[in-house]
Amino acid sequence: MPAVGTSARRYEGPEKLSGRALYLDDHDIPGCLFGVTLRSEIPRGRIKNVVFDRAFPWSECVVATAEDIPTNIVALIEDDQPLLADGIVRHALEPIALIAHESREKAYEALRFVRVEYEELPPVLTIEDSLSRREILYGSDNVFKRYLVRRGDVEKGLRESPVVVEGEYRVPHQEQAYIENNAMAAWWKDGALTVMGSLQCPYYVHKAMKKLFGLSDGQVRVIQATTGGGFGGKEEYPNMIGGHAAALARKAGRPVKIVYDRSEDMAATTKRHPAIVRHRTGLSRDGRLIAQDIQVLMDGGAYVTLSPVVLSRGTIHAPGPYECPNVRVDASVLATNTPPNGAFRGFGAPQTLFAAELHWEKIAAATGIDSLSLRRKNAFREGSVTATGQVLKESVGAREVLDLAVGKSGYLKKRSSYKRWNRDPKKPCWKGIGLALVHHGGGFTGSGEVYLASRAAVSIGRDGLVRVLAASTEIGQGTNTLFSQIVADALGLPRDLVAIENPDTAKVPDSGPTVASRTCMVVGGLLRRAADDLRSALLEAAGGSIPQSRSKLRQAAVRLCAGEKERRFEASYEPPAGVHWDDKSYSGDAYAVYSYAAVAADIEVDKTSFEVRVRKITTAQDIGRAINPLLAAGQVTGGTAQAVGWALYENVVMKNGRMTNPQLTNYIIPTALDTPPMDVILVEKPFSGGPFGAKGVGELPMDVPAPAIAAAVHQATGILIPELPLIPETLHRYHDQTQRQR
Amino acid sequence: MEFLRPRSVREALETFQKTPGALALAGGTDFMVGWNMGLLNGKTVVDLSRIAEWKGIEAGKTGVRIGSLVTHAELQRHPLIRREFPLLVEACALIGAIAIQNRGTIGGNIANASPAADTFPSLAVYEAVVHTASPQGRRAIPFLGIFAGPKKTHLRPGELIEAIEIPYARPRPSAAYFRKVGTRAAQALSKTVAAGLLWLSRGKTVAESRFALGSVAPTIRRARKAEDYLRGRKLTAETVGRAMDLVEAEIAPIDDVRSTAAYRFAVSKNLLKEFLECRPR
Ligand SMILES: Cc1cc2nc3c(=O)[nH]c(=O)nc-3n(C[C@H](O)[C@H](O)[C@H](O)COP(=O)(O)OP(=O)(O)OC[C@H]3O[C@@H](n4cnc5c(N)ncnc54)[C@H](O)[C@@H]3O)c2cc1C
Repeated sequence: MPAVGTSARRYEGPEKLSGRALYLDDHDIPGCLFGVTLRSEIPRGRIKNVVFDRAFPWSECVVATAEDIPTNIVALIEDDQPLLADGIVRHALEPIALIAHESREKAYEALRFVRVEYEELPPVLTIEDSLSRREILYGSDNVFKRYLVRRGDVEKGLRESPVVVEGEYRVPHQEQAYIENNAMAAWWKDGALTVMGSLQCPYYVHKAMKKLFGLSDGQVRVIQATTGGGFGGKEEYPNMIGGHAAALARKAGRPVKIVYDRSEDMAATTKRHPAIVRHRTGLSRDGRLIAQDIQVLMDGGAYVTLSPVVLSRGTIHAPGPYECPNVRVDASVLATNTPPNGAFRGFGAPQTLFAAELHWEKIAAATGIDSLSLRRKNAFREGSVTATGQVLKESVGAREVLDLAVGKSGYLKKRSSYKRWNRDPKKPCWKGIGLALVHHGGGFTGSGEVYLASRAAVSIGRDGLVRVLAASTEIGQGTNTLFSQIVADALGLPRDLVAIENPDTAKVPDSGPTVASRTCMVVGGLLRRAADDLRSALLEAAGGSIPQSRSKLRQAAVRLCAGEKERRFEASYEPPAGVHWDDKSYSGDAYAVYSYAAVAADIEVDKTSFEVRVRKITTAQDIGRAINPLLAAGQVTGGTAQAVGWALYENVVMKNGRMTNPQLTNYIIPTALDTPPMDVILVEKPFSGGPFGAKGVGELPMDVPAPAIAAAVHQATGILIPELPLIPETLHRYHDQTQRQR
Repeated sequence: MEFLRPRSVREALETFQKTPGALALAGGTDFMVGWNMGLLNGKTVVDLSRIAEWKGIEAGKTGVRIGSLVTHAELQRHPLIRREFPLLVEACALIGAIAIQNRGTIGGNIANASPAADTFPSLAVYEAVVHTASPQGRRAIPFLGIFAGPKKTHLRPGELIEAIEIPYARPRPSAAYFRKVGTRAAQALSKTVAAGLLWLSRGKTVAESRFALGSVAPTIRRARKAEDYLRGRKLTAETVGRAMDLVEAEIAPIDDVRSTAAYRFAVSKNLLKEFLECRPR
């Protein structure tokens, strides 16, 4: 029976359920010290002095500072970020020094005996502040990266449009709030370094360690421990904390473990980039798009980190899934003295799609045409051309998901019955239902996948064991299960004969980072090709048919291995035929394919408390072939909950460049009771370039609920609130303003 | 850390006399938060959980006596409490979530004296009395009189809460109201929390009203001015509006990481309105 298309059991499920899975802090590493981090208390300044109070027995500790790092650079895109601040701090909570002690309690206590003396410099804390160039933090203009996408002639298009609608939208930080905090351990032996931890991208850490300590490929080994969630929060930050553990271990001559507590993790590590997005949209009187002029500004924080690639995804998704002949997207990410923002599920797209989708509410008001009809008029279909000039050749489910979400939710009927309900002042609440439609590109942007040149392999041992070899990590999303399903079917073997090798750079090839909705679609595709090669070899060795039992498989494997311990079949990335991208003009096929999702959000606003309650989310999502429908629906449900959090609850309160609510008591993520009932419809429009027709699903669900909820709040209250989160305080503030103006 | 476990009230009081700086531990739900932050390092802890005398709920003629170690879960289940003090039941059902309700006690909630504690508005409108015990003897303190400020009580060192006495509301109120406006549906701290009791006379005028608000001042507040104003008046749009304005003058909310003063003012007034309009939610 084929495994693909079934809701096969989670590969690592029993380990996790029974508590046998070992997270980093569960590993008892002999002789291990515990490391803690001394961080900057101010957003910007020169370090004059670091004073170690003699009242503490420092001889019990190992202390590392910038001087102990051979090359004090955290390698990522640019080389601007030090592992430990060297003379200058550029954001609050920037690491300045590291302390290791045998006892965790003592290590924390030691921190209280260090004092840093600063010469403070004026900090730049917001996008506007950075744009004003009052202080220059980076380059000549504070711009980390700028992209320009152009199609047609926007100015001419706007001039010729009978209707022009302008809007400005703002979206805030968001914390990934994975269950397991960041945690890494490191140890050295004979000049070689091993790093183990909670991470998404083993080879990113591998590259960073090589640079920090001047090591060769073979001198660094990175092992993933069982990882309690990532959502992008463990894409780049493990380079930093892994480097810290390694620096301490190097100086101590003993293993060192660093495990953040929740407050430190929330305050110091990366968040979603806040953004300001401005739209100027020209339309015909009957609501056809003529021109989209879009400006995107993101807050990158103090260092470049991943901001250029977050911005590029944000830029390309900024016009939404609509065809428009004249488009300009002018996007920049700016430097501020705040902790660097980074990867978070959606990676720039939720920010720009929020603006694109909520803007339809404004256009609807201006044209007198409802937003559903406007979307239907303009949405992508097969053959549509995107803003980057990409022709959408196949697997375009935009209209289908929209119609399904509208139909299943009873959108039209509710829209009109809520209109009547809201006229009655005696009702205790206002009601609203809102829509959004988005696309999300699978895999790295532009030529990203070509540069990555990922490799993945399938091996068979003399013992008959089939192994999947990839650096793609299981972070709760189902990587292991999907890989075992894909490889089992490609080989024609039962799934329980396929094992997954733990991501460990000593054992698996570099299949690229576990990000960008690429694991199933791109790496799954590589594995399928590798498995096809193994299958041919197996067929030959077994005399024409694939053995179905362990013993028969073993016999064939012995023949196939011909005296070797194992045979490996590796595949490396090749762009699908006809996919081209030009980095210079920023045009071409931005992604091999897009997934599509629509949401109808049905909400109530309490008139006493201004609280928004989501009564129901109805969503249809075109994700290509669902390799494992239960896991796919799980991604949709989880992503929706996370987006409901971003829309309604999650409020990073910043004061002087520092998060003041870094606890789960005060940074409010939805509990089970706050998570709305959901109707999830999977639409499976196959993609010829993905394994068994699969596209991406990891990030898509994060893009779509927030603008739908904001549109529903618009119907309910009559107020278009162009910012997030829609906490009751914000609703009250807008409501109060509107009352006063009347 | 020293951890002591007295078996009786007498033993507990003696323990505190011997170790004046000791800290009481009941359900531990507030205690563990401070513990996790390292605030309790090196302290002596006296675990009260073996004191059986403080675990009962006794019905009397004029009221009920609730032992300080009774948990929020037990209060919700108790038939007499459900019948006579529904506002306390509603409050307990919204404290944290089930695990917290199973461990957290009413005595701990009071002694912790958080301005945002959810049982307080209900206990304030029911006009509860707190009974304490110390080596110096026993005291009965009116509920509102026990609080000295945020996280501060007038309990003396070594003085423990042994019970909370609540008189039956007689005649039975015409309407009872409780509402917590928290940061989310569960595991939420209150931004404002309110309880109200209303007695209407035959002519539909207000015979008596009691309204209390939490989380909008350093300690729990009764809206005395609004209560006095409403006595003898009919509930009309105008009188309700006037009462709302009076509430505004009796609270002092602040901006903090959880909410804003402006929001807390507005919602506190709206809660009073919702209470007086007896509008079912
Ligand atoms: C996740 C979480 C959610 C929460 N949610 C809410 C909520 O929604 N609403 C709310 O009101 N509270 C909430 N709390 C706070 C807490 O659960 C309650 O205040 C609870 O009632 C405390 O009781 P306890 O028995 O656990 O107290 P403990 O933690 O044992 O003690 C609290 C304090 O009271 C003192 N103390 C305890 N018993 C006595 C006594 N008999 N005499 C004198 N002093 C005493 C202790 O020394 C300590 O200082 C929450 C706590 C947590 C951890």
